[in-house]
Order: sequence, then structure tokens, then C-alpha cells
Amino acid sequence: MSEESVSVTTEAAEQSWADAIDFQRVVLYVTLVGLIGFYLIPIESGLVTSIKTSEALRTTYPFIPPGLEGFTFEKWQFAFNALSRGLVNSLLFTIPATILCAIFGSMAAYGLTLVDWRGQIAVFTLFIAGIFVPYQAVIVPLFEFWTQYVQFDQRLSFLWALPLLEQHHATILELIITHTAYGIPICTLLFRSQYKTMSWEMIEAARLDGASVWRIYRRIVLPLSIPMFAVVFIFQFTQIWNEFLFSLTIIGSVNDPAASATLILSGLGEALEGVDYPLRMAGAFITALPTLIVYVLFADQFAEGVRV
Amino acid sequence: MKGVLALLRSVRDSRRVETDGGTVEERSTVRRWLDSDIVQSAPFWFPPFLLMGFFVYAAIGWNFFLSLTSYSGFGDPDYSDLGLENYTTLLSDPQFWEATRNTVVLLVVFTVACLAIGLVLALLLDRKIRFERSFRTIYLLPFALSFIVTAQFWRWMYNVNNGIINQVIGVFGLGPYNWLGDPRLVLGAVIFALVWQFSGYTMVIYLAALRSIPTDQYEAARVDGASTIRMYWRVIIPQLRAAMVSASVTLVLFALKAFDFLYATFDGYRPRKGADILATFMVRESFGKSEWAYGSAIALVLFAVSLAVIAPYLYNQYKQGNL
Repeated sequence: MSEESVSVTTEAAEQSWADAIDFQRVVLYVTLVGLIGFYLIPIESGLVTSIKTSEALRTTYPFIPPGLEGFTFEKWQFAFNALSRGLVNSLLFTIPATILCAIFGSMAAYGLTLVDWRGQIAVFTLFIAGIFVPYQAVIVPLFEFWTQYVQFDQRLSFLWALPLLEQHHATILELIITHTAYGIPICTLLFRSQYKTMSWEMIEAARLDGASVWRIYRRIVLPLSIPMFAVVFIFQFTQIWNEFLFSLTIIGSVNDPAASATLILSGLGEALEGVDYPLRMAGAFITALPTLIVYVLFADQFAEGVRV
Repeated sequence: MKGVLALLRSVRDSRRVETDGGTVEERSTVRRWLDSDIVQSAPFWFPPFLLMGFFVYAAIGWNFFLSLTSYSGFGDPDYSDLGLENYTTLLSDPQFWEATRNTVVLLVVFTVACLAIGLVLALLLDRKIRFERSFRTIYLLPFALSFIVTAQFWRWMYNVNNGIINQVIGVFGLGPYNWLGDPRLVLGAVIFALVWQFSGYTMVIYLAALRSIPTDQYEAARVDGASTIRMYWRVIIPQLRAAMVSASVTLVLFALKAFDFLYATFDGYRPRKGADILATFMVRESFGKSEWAYGSAIALVLFAVSLAVIAPYLYNQYKQGNL
């Protein structure tokens, strides 16, 4: 067979393939765009509902935006006033807990990658298994521990004389400690997955030069794991911000001064005759805003954190 | 004092010993112990381990003892009188069996649906597609929201009078159904909402696995004249097994934690017929009714369920050398 005829037949094949692919592509894009509708309609209808007057709410479909006369920003204002305290509280425990989780996770992962003794596998297994413990399995002892046995609000009462510190910060501190303890396993796994693939030649060289483990950690491992720190920060921030059961049980009441944003949202606009949906929707968006911002800005790092 | 310090230092430090072959450093036993990997690395992993171990493993142990008492919220639990009454009560409690049945249905249907839909999404996106990143971001978006937030959206979707779902099926002359009020429909409605929230997560796991399949495997299959369907079935799907295992383990745990969603959908601790799972049952007994010991017993059953899921997973990870 001559070279020419080969190229002709492949061209013809490509031609017919191109037609087929084009048709396939159209179907593919229609499906993908339709799926966007599936994933966004619940969110979109919530957004639309939150800005409707009660008149527009009755007369329009839930997913149709209101006209100018049916538009009101009232519910957002109301929800923001109700939630502002919770937003501050949530930030007060989410940020420190996220940072502590990342630091502890990185340290544990480094310590466990460094060593090579049999027990190391057992210890690491205990770390990993910690990810999969349902919070319900520990919530009663945790509740007992914080309310009956430790009682930070009494133990730390000498601190409340300081400016900026108030009594409800005792509860915030309890939440920071609890969230840190529960974030350590997943952070350890994330960091270790990176440390295992890291080139250890440089570290071996530094070791032979007599650098201590602390020095190697500070000078070599920490700088190399900055991208992983970003991943862990973003993922943990979202997880801790969104957490509900610890807030519900450790804080206990929506009216508590330490109430988190998710806790306040769970009781927002509740009345005997039903729920004020537009208010709840506005509250849902305000509560979700920090995680949404983080998610949209750092989508890739977030997806990286999901893949443990 | 100085002598003691010198002695300690001599115990700690190495000595230089003259031998035939020159000076050799001889490390003392203490020095060797201090230099060993376990001691060197302990400052790094032990503090986090202590913190985590106390709040996770010690708490589970405490929970176990609590479940053997008859503590119901007054004073301190009596740990001197331990027994299995809570567990025997549990076995004859119809609510427990209903919650268990609902939990199993939720776990199986939710996990299978998420795995299937996530696989389809991942296969659709695993080509040269424009705006691929935007599609991915939107499909994963519900996963970034909290249960409390998504519950608000779905309550509104399922609303009897104004809900979108009833309005859409109304066009076809169906309904309206009381999705969240009808015991026969509520579990399905909840699972649907949870699949909406988590199928993007499964997609991300699958996409990562698909991207790591070496392309020469596709080419080899294509050269052998494999059809597209055959290629998916014989080449691609088998490579996704590891991703499938890790995704299903996490999905089971999300489903076990679906308490938040149900709490926010049904306003609190009140039981909802047809949608009571072990997690809601446990929190209601403990925090709603102050039956702490009974709640702890349910919590341990829940822990046993999750242990049954993760033990094979961990064993698998161990065999693959990932631990």
C-alpha cells in the first residue's frame, strides 16, 4: 500500500468521525448545561425567594425573580441583624481551630513519616480511623466533659476582667479545642499524603550534616508544604464553619451569647403557623457567604482537599 | 550540683574511644535512645495524638461505660452499677428498629446513587471540554454548603403549596404531594436532596482517578479494536475501584451524619415518622429526653456500624501500603 492511499483513508475516517463527534458534543453540552440547572435551581430559587415581598411570594413561581415592585431587601437586613452575632462567634472559633488543626496535622504527619518502627502503622491507623468516627458516638461524653467536669466559664472567670474577653468566650474556647481535636485526623492524612511523595534526599543530606529534626522541619519541610497548608486551611475552614452538632450541644441554645451562625440559622424565623421562608433563605445565604467566597476563590484547592 | 550535671551529661553524650583503627565515636545507651527515631519524632506526633486521642478514643470509651449505667440526667452517673439493660431495651424498642431500617435504606440508596451519578458526571467531564472547570465548580458547589443551609433550600423545594417540585409535576397532572409530611415519601425526598448535595463530591474523586489512568492503556485498547462501551467496561471502570472504595466509605459516613439535615428540615428533636435514622434517634433520646445512658447505647450501635464500614477499608489501605 502506498503512503498516499494510507493518508487518504485516515483523512476520510477522520472526516466521518468529526461529524459523529460534533453531534456527540452537542448532546454532551446540552446535558452538562441541563445538569447546571439541576445543581443550581434549589440555590437559585432560595435566592429569588429571599428578595420577594409577601405579595410577590404568593403570586409568582418560586424560581421566577420578582419584578421591581415585588422586590424587597427587608429580609436580608432582618436576617443580617439576627445573624451578625453568630457570624462573629463562628469566625472566632473557626479561624483559630483551622490554624491549630493545620499546624498539628502537619506536625503529626511529619513525625509519622520520619519514623520507621512497627508501632508507627498502628498510631497512624488510629489517626486515620479518627476521621470516620461519627460525632454522635462521642457527643454525650463531650457534653458531659464540657458542662459537668471542666466548665471553662467558671475556671477562667479571672480572665473576664480583661478588656475584649467576655464570659461567652469560654464556650468559644471549648469549641476551638473540640474542633481542633476532630480536625487533626483529616489534616494529618492530607499532609502525610504529600510528605510521602516528597523527595527525601534533601532531608537525608541535611540529616547527615547533623541538622536536628526540628531544624529539618522548620527549614525544609515547612516551606515545601505551604501549598498543602493552603489546601488544608480552605477545606478545614469550610468544614468547621459548616459544623452543626457541636454547636448545638456544646452551646446548647440559640439565645446563648456564644451561638454560632449555623445554630442561629436553625431557629431563624420560626413561628407557630410555620416558617418564614424568605427570612430563612436570606439567613441561609448570609450564613453560607464565607464558605461560598472561599469556595469560589479557591475552587481548585478545595477540590484537592476533598480528595483524601 | 555541678557533679550531678556532669554525670548526666556524660550519660547523655557520646564518648570518643581510641581503637586500633583510630578514634571511634561510641554512643551511650541513653544517647542512642535519644537519637532513636521514635524519641526524635515523638514531639511531633505525640501532642496531636494526645489531644485527638482524648477527645475521640477516650470519649468513645467513656460513652461505652455510660451506656452501661442507667443515667438519666440527674446528678452524676452511677458507674458502680453496670449492666446491659439499655441494650436489651434497645432490642425491644420498635423505634430503634425503624431507625435502623431507615438508616440502612438511607446508607445503601444514597451511596449507590451518589456513586452512579458521580461516575456519569466524571465520565462526561473527562474529555476535552470547554469551561470544564466551571462545570466542575458548579456541580461541587452544594458540597461546600452546610446541611443547615441546604435543608432550607430543600424544605422550600418540597413545600406542599409553593414548592417547585409540586408545581413542576402539577404540569403533568400529578400531585401535589406532601413530600416531607408523608411517611412513605419523606425518606426518598431526603435521600434525593442528599444525593444532590454529595454527587459532586463523588465526581471529584472519580475525576482524579480517571486523570491518573495512563493514556497508553486507552491507546492499547483502541489498537486492539475495542468498542467504546467495551473500553469503559474493561479498561476504565476496573481502574476506578480504589476511588470507588474510598468514596463509598466517606459517603456512608456523610449519611450517618445526616442528622444536621434532618434536624434543620424538621425543626428540632421531634420525631418524624418515616425519616427517623439512628443519628436523630440518638440525639433525641440524649438531648431531647435526657435519657443519656440510653442515648449512649444508641451511639455505640452507630459507632459499630461505622466501624463495620471502615475496618475493611483500613485493612485494604494497609495491604496496599498506604498506611
